[in-house]
Amino acid sequence: MSTPTVHSLWTTAAEPISKIDAPKIEYAQLSPTLIVIGAAVLGILVEAFVPRKSRYYVQAFLAIVALAAAFAAVVGLAAGGYGTTKAHIAAMGAIAVDGPALFLQGTILLAGLVSIFTFAERRLDPEVHGNRVDSFAAQAASVPGSDSEKAAIKAGFTTTEVFPLALFAIGGMLVFPAANDLLTLFIALEVFSLPLYLLCAVARRKRLMSQEAAVKYFLLGAFASAFTLFGIALLYGYAGSVSYATVASVVDGSVTTVDPALADTMGNDALLLIGMALVVMGLLFKVGAVPFHMWTPDVYQGAPTPVTGFMAAATKVAAFGALLRLLYVVLPGLRWDWRPVMWAVAIVTMLAGAIVAITQTDIKRLLAYSSIAHAGFILAGVIATSPDGVSSVLFYLAAYSFVTIGAFAVVTLVRDAGGEATHLSKWAGLGRRSPLVAAVFAVFLLAFAGIPLTSGFAGKFAVFKAAAEGGAGALVVVGVVSSAIAAFFYIRVIVLMFFSEPKADGPTVAVPSPLTMTTIGVGVAVTIVLGLAPQYFLDLAGQAGVFVR
Amino acid sequence: MSFPLLTATAVLPAVGAIATAAVPAKQRTAAKWLALLFSLATLVVAAVVAVRFDPTGDRYQLTESHAWIEDFGVRYELGVDGIGVALIALTALLIPFVILAGWHDADPQETGAESLGSFAAGRWRPTQGFFALILLVEAMVIISFEATDVFLFYIFFEAMLIPMYFLIGGFGDRAGPHGEKEAATQRSYAAVKFLLYNLVGGLIMLAAVIGLYVVAGSFSLSEIAEARASGSLDMATNTERLLFLGFFFAFAVKAPLWPLHTWLPNAMGEATAPVAVLITAVVDKVGTFAMLRFCLQLFPEASKWATPVILVLALISIVYGALLAVGQRDIKRLVAYASISHFGFIIMGIFAMTSQGQSGATLYMVNHGISTAALMLVAGFLISRRGSRLIADYGGVQKVAPVLAGTFLIGGLATLSLPGLAPFVSEFLVLVGTFTRYPVVGIIATFGIVLAALYTLVLYQRTMTGPVKPSTEGIADLRVRELAVVVPLIGVLIFLGVYPKPLTELVNPAVKHTMSDVQKKDPKPEVEAAHK
Repeated sequence: MSTPTVHSLWTTAAEPISKIDAPKIEYAQLSPTLIVIGAAVLGILVEAFVPRKSRYYVQAFLAIVALAAAFAAVVGLAAGGYGTTKAHIAAMGAIAVDGPALFLQGTILLAGLVSIFTFAERRLDPEVHGNRVDSFAAQAASVPGSDSEKAAIKAGFTTTEVFPLALFAIGGMLVFPAANDLLTLFIALEVFSLPLYLLCAVARRKRLMSQEAAVKYFLLGAFASAFTLFGIALLYGYAGSVSYATVASVVDGSVTTVDPALADTMGNDALLLIGMALVVMGLLFKVGAVPFHMWTPDVYQGAPTPVTGFMAAATKVAAFGALLRLLYVVLPGLRWDWRPVMWAVAIVTMLAGAIVAITQTDIKRLLAYSSIAHAGFILAGVIATSPDGVSSVLFYLAAYSFVTIGAFAVVTLVRDAGGEATHLSKWAGLGRRSPLVAAVFAVFLLAFAGIPLTSGFAGKFAVFKAAAEGGAGALVVVGVVSSAIAAFFYIRVIVLMFFSEPKADGPTVAVPSPLTMTTIGVGVAVTIVLGLAPQYFLDLAGQAGVFVR
Repeated sequence: MSFPLLTATAVLPAVGAIATAAVPAKQRTAAKWLALLFSLATLVVAAVVAVRFDPTGDRYQLTESHAWIEDFGVRYELGVDGIGVALIALTALLIPFVILAGWHDADPQETGAESLGSFAAGRWRPTQGFFALILLVEAMVIISFEATDVFLFYIFFEAMLIPMYFLIGGFGDRAGPHGEKEAATQRSYAAVKFLLYNLVGGLIMLAAVIGLYVVAGSFSLSEIAEARASGSLDMATNTERLLFLGFFFAFAVKAPLWPLHTWLPNAMGEATAPVAVLITAVVDKVGTFAMLRFCLQLFPEASKWATPVILVLALISIVYGALLAVGQRDIKRLVAYASISHFGFIIMGIFAMTSQGQSGATLYMVNHGISTAALMLVAGFLISRRGSRLIADYGGVQKVAPVLAGTFLIGGLATLSLPGLAPFVSEFLVLVGTFTRYPVVGIIATFGIVLAALYTLVLYQRTMTGPVKPSTEGIADLRVRELAVVVPLIGVLIFLGVYPKPLTELVNPAVKHTMSDVQKKDPKPEVEAAHK
């Protein structure tokens, strides 16, 4: 028979193929990300197939369940020792499963969960044509002020796509701090950035401002991504690999074999330095550090407030996580090159954020500049380059997220006829109108200011202590000075709320549903618990302070 | 384990604060009585502490120690020495009078309430807030007198600013000299100024606190002292000086020492009289107390290094404060500048580095607290009758309200350190203590006393004597509640003036410890005998 020859020909041809190993993916260890992304995909199917009336409920339920399940998965992994003894690199070298990754993923998921509650809030705006509405546009595609918008409002449409979008963003954020090669890093960056650009554009009120914010964020974000990608290309040229471990060993000189295809470029320090600078720049853009902070105030102000709160907290956590891993895993050999630069960035960020915030008259812009100042404080901890530095940053991020989400949730409550009353002058006398809301906001402001007995103080103390022990005493002094400057404008808002006479046409405070109440309640509880008894969480962050390589 | 007495002295007012704040909006009187009750209970516990404390025993007694934030090396460590006991007793003693004196200060004002609507007005509970905040301040002040862990101290040293800030900014006299609106602006300015000055001081101290941990590896006073004794802790001279400056700056703002004093006249002028007493008689004492406990104990060499400059600043405070007091037209600001002068004496006594100086400074803290409380509270009663703080608006009060004028005079005489009243003993000790080591400083400081006589007597003369001004007519004499405030305070002033022994016996051993910390001996001749 002639077929055997053919077969044998095929088999010889097929033999090498059978030797290629199937990619080994540790699905269980990646489950937090998989659950969230899976739910996001399901959410899109829901948009397509579930009747419009019940979409909101299905989406909100799906998002909450997915985030809770993913958080449970993170806790399970951490309890299984993946944060400490079993920490390793999963998914063919693409993802690190280690302490910092799990801690940050847990923080992002919890922050995402409480943010989703504010996304789902439908009691704040008055009912429109008998329909309850949330903070998002009836139909994002219709031109503001057009007939189609009016029709959409009348029909009671809501943009329930925000839930899957948020889930996609969270999915990307989960990967971002865990990414263990430069390409995964970049893909994660895009996966969480693109949904955020969209989310910024879908505010129900002040739609033009919201769209403007989204365009600004998108354009600047695209630039930053392009820089990052270019930097990654240069680093590949330098190291012949995108894997963190390989780049690191080329940097510290333990790998000397030169890839023949890259013989001209490998080991060229110019590529390394420029590439590193570009990648770090992209990350600093995401954390909103000066001089890459320009987008922050506009975007924070224009985006729907629940999105702002989510973005301010979760993006910062994810981006600082990625920055930490990059600097600690890939570039420790270059410490003496990047530390002076980061010193300068941290100092400028702390001072500029605090000083410019003083002149702000809009509460959301004020919080935006305050977030810049806080990015500077966190950078002080990053610069410490010690396990203490890592754990202090982790703790700070966890503490800061909940204060931020809580504060923005309070901002959604203070409303007048035009929606949220974000101009500071309208907040005058709020303490007399609604003592409870003003008191809660005061707690958040005091935590931002780092007053003792709040989580803000514990966090600030942790990063400053790590910085001082890491030999950055001067940074601590600058940090303390900018804290004092920052305290001034936080206090100014408190003065306004409690010691100014309320205006006759002042805003009212909407009574929220249990959803937003939960968000604010969690914010206050975390702020106070982390302030009074931070030990347990410091332990947790301390155990999570070691990167796997 | 024995009953945690020290924790109880701090927890009791804190619980009182929560309970008072929780009283329903309309039950104002109940809130007041509840606050008074808790402050009295605290006084009782503080008295137990004073009785249980054995002046001849260990340096720190009634100690408590629990793990708190291990990652930061922070422990919940409490303990008192004689100085601490004296100041806790002062605080616990004054708060009931402050509450009683401020009985009507926070009743809801009719004006301004209507713009809120009935719903919001029903939830606006200034009275409950006022008394709760006072108790909260008491709790935080007491725990900072007890903390033997630098971090624990720092936390409450900073945190007490917040309730204090609300007390200054949220409650003021009904109408200032320029009307309601202007008064509110002034008040909020004073509150912000108070907060920013103290916050900046505190944040600079935070840097020093972190630095101390990096250098010493511990926040515990006892551990640091042990390490120093065993030689395992050897601070470089410059490090010690920088850390000292960080700590001292915060305490000098709080105390306040010239030129960091400018917040005090604003704060005391705009706050109600009881809150002004709370600031100057209670909260500011934490600053001078902390100089004794932390600056001298942690940084003995740097303290000696800085002494000449600090003495000069203290002298400037004494003379400058007194001179400005002479020129004041506002009764409360006058008392504020007088206080600045007195804080100059206290700081001078501490840094004279003699045992009389430091004993005198500690007694001075207690006596100044009581005498200023007496003077300021009577002044507050007077001001509440006419709604004006200006000296020029009064005249001949002693003809219409003789008891008020009489108690005001006694408070004033205590302020100028008349022999027979308590402040005389302490001022004398401070001057003697300073004189034995720094004669020139002692001589210049004496001018402060002369000026004190001037501003006190001129104040009395202008407001109380002379013909009855039209605006003074019909001023009612002290009521029963007001007498209940003033008479006991005057009683204490006279008692301690005639028989200061219990206080000196309490304080002297503690001062000996501090003196041995800085390794200073009294210059010969041994002046220990001089005041016996």
